[in-house]
Amino acid sequence: MIPELGHFALILALSLALCQALLPLIGAQRNDATMMSVARSAATGQFVFVAISFGCLTWAFLQDDFSVLYVASHSQLSLPTPYKVSAVWSAHEGSLLMWILILAGWTLAVARFSGDMPQKLVSRVIGVLGLLSVGFLLFALLTSNPFERLVPAALDGADLNPLLQDPGLAIHPPLLYIGYVGFSVAFAFAIAAMISGELDQQWAKWTRPWTTVAWLFLTMGIALGSWWAYYELGWGGWWFWDPVENASFMPWLIGTALIHSLAVTERRGLFKSWTLLLAITAFSLSLLGTFLVRSGIIVSVHAFASDPTRGFFILAFLGVVIVGALALYAWRAPSMDSSAGFALLSRETFLLLNNVLLVVATTVVLLGTLAPLIVEMLNGGKISVGAPWFEVAFLIPMLPLIFLLGLGMHTAWRKQASDSWIRVLRIPAIIAVVLGIVIPLLFYGRVSVMIAVGCILAVWMVSTALVLPLRSWRREKGTAGITRSTLGMSVAHLGMGLFVLGATVVSSFGMEADRSIRIGESLELAGFEFELRELRQVQGPNYSAIEGVVEVRDGGEFIGTVRPQKRQYLVQKNWMTEAGIHSSLNKDLFVALGDQLGDGVWSIRVQYKPMISFIWIAAFVMALGGVIAVSDRRYRVPVRGRQDANDVVAEAV
Amino acid sequence: MKPRQQRMLAVGLAVLGVAIAAGLTLRAFEDNMMFFVDISDVIAGEYPEERNFRIGGLVVDGSVMRQEGALDMSFRITDMRCELGVEYTGVLPDLFREGQGVVAHGAMGDNGIFVADKILAKHDENYMAPEVAESLAKHVDEKTQTLREGTTECEQP
Repeated sequence: MIPELGHFALILALSLALCQALLPLIGAQRNDATMMSVARSAATGQFVFVAISFGCLTWAFLQDDFSVLYVASHSQLSLPTPYKVSAVWSAHEGSLLMWILILAGWTLAVARFSGDMPQKLVSRVIGVLGLLSVGFLLFALLTSNPFERLVPAALDGADLNPLLQDPGLAIHPPLLYIGYVGFSVAFAFAIAAMISGELDQQWAKWTRPWTTVAWLFLTMGIALGSWWAYYELGWGGWWFWDPVENASFMPWLIGTALIHSLAVTERRGLFKSWTLLLAITAFSLSLLGTFLVRSGIIVSVHAFASDPTRGFFILAFLGVVIVGALALYAWRAPSMDSSAGFALLSRETFLLLNNVLLVVATTVVLLGTLAPLIVEMLNGGKISVGAPWFEVAFLIPMLPLIFLLGLGMHTAWRKQASDSWIRVLRIPAIIAVVLGIVIPLLFYGRVSVMIAVGCILAVWMVSTALVLPLRSWRREKGTAGITRSTLGMSVAHLGMGLFVLGATVVSSFGMEADRSIRIGESLELAGFEFELRELRQVQGPNYSAIEGVVEVRDGGEFIGTVRPQKRQYLVQKNWMTEAGIHSSLNKDLFVALGDQLGDGVWSIRVQYKPMISFIWIAAFVMALGGVIAVSDRRYRVPVRGRQDANDVVAEAV
Repeated sequence: MKPRQQRMLAVGLAVLGVAIAAGLTLRAFEDNMMFFVDISDVIAGEYPEERNFRIGGLVVDGSVMRQEGALDMSFRITDMRCELGVEYTGVLPDLFREGQGVVAHGAMGDNGIFVADKILAKHDENYMAPEVAESLAKHVDEKTQTLREGTTECEQP
């Protein structure tokens, strides 16, 4: 009964989504206030019914209702309760339902927090979001109904893929999806602006916080995914340039470009059509990502077992969205550009460069991801593009980007005088060059050109990011401090600097080794000693495991014990490696058990990962920067007079 | 700057950036792309020499051998038509098992044995890399065909 209710609620949500899409859009066109007023209530209703539907599916999981096919295939009686909940989004049907729920949630948020926007704009934005909801609801109902029954019902389920039974993976997809789907709001704003033909600085001010929030969730989602892959897949890498990872990274890169281009549109009224194009691209890349993951046309370790009809539906949907949006863009955008000028040495120039380089970086990732497809279509055989290529190709646009970023932060809008510019940047530049060479030499004993370049750029970014907050902190009493907006920018760039530092150090000085070992023996890596003390049997709720107790010593001094496990899950009988990690701020020591080699000998993989935790800390610092930026008062105070005063202060900074 | 100049600057920079990036990335691409080669083609001698490539197929039942207590191991891999020996040293992925589909990266050794530096087994049991699935399906088709017509086995040069 409950599953049928869920299915029925989903159908009702579709009808409400149709109302939410059509009435406000038509109403806005005809200037009909009654029709437009449907927008907010339809959005609320749609959210309620999608939430009921999602609740029903969750309920079916919690009740172990194995008469539902999706539950029977992805859960099991002895699965721990938190994983029964996260199993809801562990495969295609459920994660699509979650996508729909999140889209409805964003729509509800737009309906709720748009009190100061003109009714026409709100109606159009909600209407466009409604159109997207209609597309995804149709996709779910026609090709991927999660409530499909299994007759006769199974006695027990087939269990959740053991890899997914992990807290990191339980929360990573929701965050990632909030980010992905969040770009649909910016997309809807862009479409609404193009329909009306009006795009002013006020529009950018409304769009900006939505984009930033979507971006910060995507940042956290990607970071958590990378963290999960690091400790759960047992390989010890943190980024594999896998198509599925790239699919989440491309919207992030374009989203980052969009945030910067929106800044120019808001402050100076420039780059309007470019901003629109980025908003369309960010969302299209989110859709493309879904298509790549779902259709299985690209080889990936993350790929789900695939279904061609689904791939086709997403491709058709993608086609309609992209072609429709671009056609509208071609028709409307040319009339929108404004003619304000700026000097060569100005913040506008640097933000323009930022955008160009981020788009180039995205193109690199896109080409690398699609290259196997393209080559195969050209009958060039089956190829794969490995991580080494991405590492080289991606750095080409990124190195200048990082260098210019430090400059751009301290450049004024319109025109910057070069002498004061050099005065401000002199000190960070000296610090960067000195520390960038000293840090690797001092802590790791060697330096090469690439290591020095990486470290110098990282320190450059950190030190330039600290200038404005430090100056504000040391200012005289009574003078104005920096705005939250500027502080948020500084913090996000600081995070980026920490990321570059972590990534440079771990890729330059990380070490790994596969060895064989028996109980009582020890091995050495990077000056650390790992001794296998014992192996024992451990029972989990739904698995049994062999656990190694490995003592780690640094120069004879005990620093910790790690317990890598080899788990066998009771239902699927798969073996799973659970790495043991000794984590501290400056390094991770990673131990994974391999196979029993016979004669009491085990294969074991040990890794030394200096500063790897910086990578994830950095991502959260970036996200924190986003939080600070959206809390800026000009997004909260819609009163006009105050608004103008704020703008003056902001311009002065 | 006038809007016109702005636009010229933007376009100029974009073109320059893309051109440089494209040149460098294409060069890197040459060095880093890896071909997937059918096992039958490997046996027939049609594989890129002096560079790494990828193979994929099923691990032959009963073919996994390892020296007691050592990391070195070997096994045979099949595309349902030809079999190829593979050598590997290191920790195997969790889903590596006899009868399972695997992908191996590496190069041919002198003795007609593929020396793998990386072995991948997919982490979803029901999932098989499309190129492996395709390669297997092709040869299974051929086999049913040849069984009917009563000819050939694995061809060696």
